[in-house]
Amino acid sequence: MSSETTASAVIPRIELRGITKVYPAVVANKNVSLTALPGEIHAVLGENGAGKSTLMKIIYGVVKPDAGEVRWEGKRVIVANPAHARELGIGMVFQHFSLFETLTVVENVALGLPGKPELGELGRRITEVSERYGLPVDPRRLVHSLSVGERQRVEIIRCLLVNPKLLIMDEPTSVLTPQAVRKLFETLRQLSAEGCTILYISHKLDEIQELCTNATVLRGGEVTGHCDPRQETPKSMARMMIGKDLPHPQHGAAKTGEPRLVLAGLNRESPDPFGTDLKDMHLSVHSGEIVGIAGVSGNGQQELLAAISGEEPVSEKHPVILCGAEAGRMSPAARRELGLCFVPEERLGRGAVPRMSLADNALLTAHRRGFVTAGLIKFSAIAAFAASCIEAFNVKCGGPQSEAKSLSGGNLQKFIVGREIMQKPKVLVVAQPTWGVDVGAAAFIRQKIIDLRNEGVAILVLSEELDELFEVSDRLAVIAKGRLSPAKPIKETNVEEIGVWMSGMWPDAGDPAHFAQEGEHAAQA
Amino acid sequence: MRLKLETRAEPSRLMGYLSPLFAAMLTVIAGFILFSALGKNPLQAFYTFFIYPVHDLNGFAELLLKASPLMLIAVGLACGYRANVWNIGAEGQLVLGAIFAGGVALYFHGSESGLILPTMVVAGAIGGMLWAAIPALLRTRFNTNEILVSLMLVYVANFLLSWLVHEPWRDPEGFNFPQSKQFTESALYPVLLPGTRLNVGFLISLAAVGAGYVFLNRSFLGFQMRVAGLADAAARYAGFNAHRMIWLGLLVGGAAAGVAGMGEVAGPIGQLLPSVSPGYGFAAIIVAFVGRLHPIGILLASLLMSLLYLGGEAAQMGLQLPSAMTGLFQGMLLFFLLGSDVFINYRVKVVRPPKVQVQLAQAAA
Repeated sequence: MSSETTASAVIPRIELRGITKVYPAVVANKNVSLTALPGEIHAVLGENGAGKSTLMKIIYGVVKPDAGEVRWEGKRVIVANPAHARELGIGMVFQHFSLFETLTVVENVALGLPGKPELGELGRRITEVSERYGLPVDPRRLVHSLSVGERQRVEIIRCLLVNPKLLIMDEPTSVLTPQAVRKLFETLRQLSAEGCTILYISHKLDEIQELCTNATVLRGGEVTGHCDPRQETPKSMARMMIGKDLPHPQHGAAKTGEPRLVLAGLNRESPDPFGTDLKDMHLSVHSGEIVGIAGVSGNGQQELLAAISGEEPVSEKHPVILCGAEAGRMSPAARRELGLCFVPEERLGRGAVPRMSLADNALLTAHRRGFVTAGLIKFSAIAAFAASCIEAFNVKCGGPQSEAKSLSGGNLQKFIVGREIMQKPKVLVVAQPTWGVDVGAAAFIRQKIIDLRNEGVAILVLSEELDELFEVSDRLAVIAKGRLSPAKPIKETNVEEIGVWMSGMWPDAGDPAHFAQEGEHAAQA
Repeated sequence: MRLKLETRAEPSRLMGYLSPLFAAMLTVIAGFILFSALGKNPLQAFYTFFIYPVHDLNGFAELLLKASPLMLIAVGLACGYRANVWNIGAEGQLVLGAIFAGGVALYFHGSESGLILPTMVVAGAIGGMLWAAIPALLRTRFNTNEILVSLMLVYVANFLLSWLVHEPWRDPEGFNFPQSKQFTESALYPVLLPGTRLNVGFLISLAAVGAGYVFLNRSFLGFQMRVAGLADAAARYAGFNAHRMIWLGLLVGGAAAGVAGMGEVAGPIGQLLPSVSPGYGFAAIIVAFVGRLHPIGILLASLLMSLLYLGGEAAQMGLQLPSAMTGLFQGMLLFFLLGSDVFINYRVKVVRPPKVQVQLAQAAA
């Protein structure tokens, strides 16, 4: 067999041969093969839905393949479950952490270990490992008080305690500031130098180019190529990943008008004990501009969005001003009457009802555009609206009567963005416009948002993807620990500065006088 | 080889329609087994239970008569259930409707006015709505669980009725029986089919089914309630008022149950008794689900449930079986329905032994 020749010199740490996994509606992996040597940092590259996560779950024993085999250090294994995987020496850091917020770090780690470890001894081992790999974390702290970056460190330490030979990292940097990404890379390189193999899953091409020595590219569940990322350009890898060149959004000069969305000292205590309190936020978004808000998730984005959309109204009227009206206490419906449209970050269950048709989902927010008379729904009109949205936004689906949950994430996002844009908003607020959306659809959505700005709509975009914010925004602010930085014109800032701000350190942070000036400054611009 | 439940890619629409039929079929089969175990000839028992009750016009009229409150209440409950508002206390709301309507009948006792009957309908609806307003208020103000509150209020309602017919409203000429005076002609529903007990209440129930259809499937308010039931966060995102959904869901259910209670005392009973319903309020919950929360489905399910009531009575008389038979069949129907409903979202998969997988793996390699 072919593997005999590739494995002639060194026995591969892990080898996958012809892995196939079929789900009821989709083929997640089709005849996928992958080989990684000891100490190799191997990228698994692909768009969302390309089958990366399924493949990793097969290695970690979470999912059983329908066909194909897994070879561990040259021997065929059937990984029965994650505990078995850990016994073999496989560690995995998931994209979404599995930590108990009300427990301490050491208690969380103990839960993942076999038997009943002695907590004091375990705490010392955690400190030892964290010092060795430059992952500072206090084992006695409660997890809910940790930042996202620190939580990720806990997950990594948890894996390192058992001296893994293979570490799988699933989109590890999506929750980190640029500075934290640097630190993570140092740790990974140190691990690799010690002989640990790392499978690094990402769709961020520049990171892969910097870190990885080998890459397997997946598209639609199949391997479309292997490469050495150091020899490639991001452009050439993108072509392998999506099968064509990436379009780049066109961004004309901003013609800004009056302020449409103003936050004037927005304070809000979060009802959730683990939520973030909003503190004295000031911001103004003018007609014809896109203001971006960057920040690591969990710093108050959810709370801010709910306060703007009206899903969690504030107790006073004046802190939120929509098109000149004091809207702080208004319901979402009243705010929509004023011209606010909103694309939430969760598509299924919030932005759309999974079990309803696209036509019904169009009615969800577009009902005030004359689709209801005398309390009765005009079914044909709303279906026509949905059909035109499907066509204008290039939504791949079975038609207006398809259920929302039958659509892929990217197509549903296009539909939701389209539904909101077609209501001709005065203010559009978009959260995570391209989260989990494939690269082609992401570029399309960004272009539509920019087109809307050119028509004079005031747009606020919250995103965790800095590249995206730099691509679409006219001005950029940062949210950190429930505070909002001043918004800086995009040309006067850069990734490094925003990265520093994302940890909460912007000039005069916490000085309210400064924010007030910012508002005026922006109004004059 | 073993069997495994596997999630379907999307819920099966066909199974959604077939599931109530399967449930009815399984109920009949289980009934056969039950009758045999009780030493009855199952074929004869089956005839007594399901055919004999409707073998003549009178029986057929009884079928429609008993289906009337069931379909009326079930349509009202479906409005709430679609929005995940779980009103389990329709029985209590029915009793309050009977009390309010009975109060009107007794207050105007002897009057010939044609306005008494319409007033009783309105009073019945108000009574049911007031009783349903208690769980609505507690849910919206204090976030209490409407399932528990509405259920517990059933017992309160029954005691209230019992006190009324034992004390203030007891018929002075009724030989001390706990019952009110007989209502006069003007406070009774006119009979539709001469010689039977089928009355105008049936038409009211049919109208409610029609109104329920328009409300649930055509109106924007009904759409909002469906959204609230399917995806809470989406309803909040779209700006639908969650409190209004809860109020509406409970009040519509309460009004329907109240009118159904009115229909019992202004129909077959004709007075207030300590018990005015053989559990219609609870049976209607089963009717609503067997009918898939859809008015047409509810119409059909109410006929089936009504037949179970009649069959239970016939089995008591013809087969000397206990009255618990009715409850048993209702329970089986719901049980089998819930069981069959699993296959809307899941399907059975035969898991092959692992050996086959190895061969496949080698073939692929």
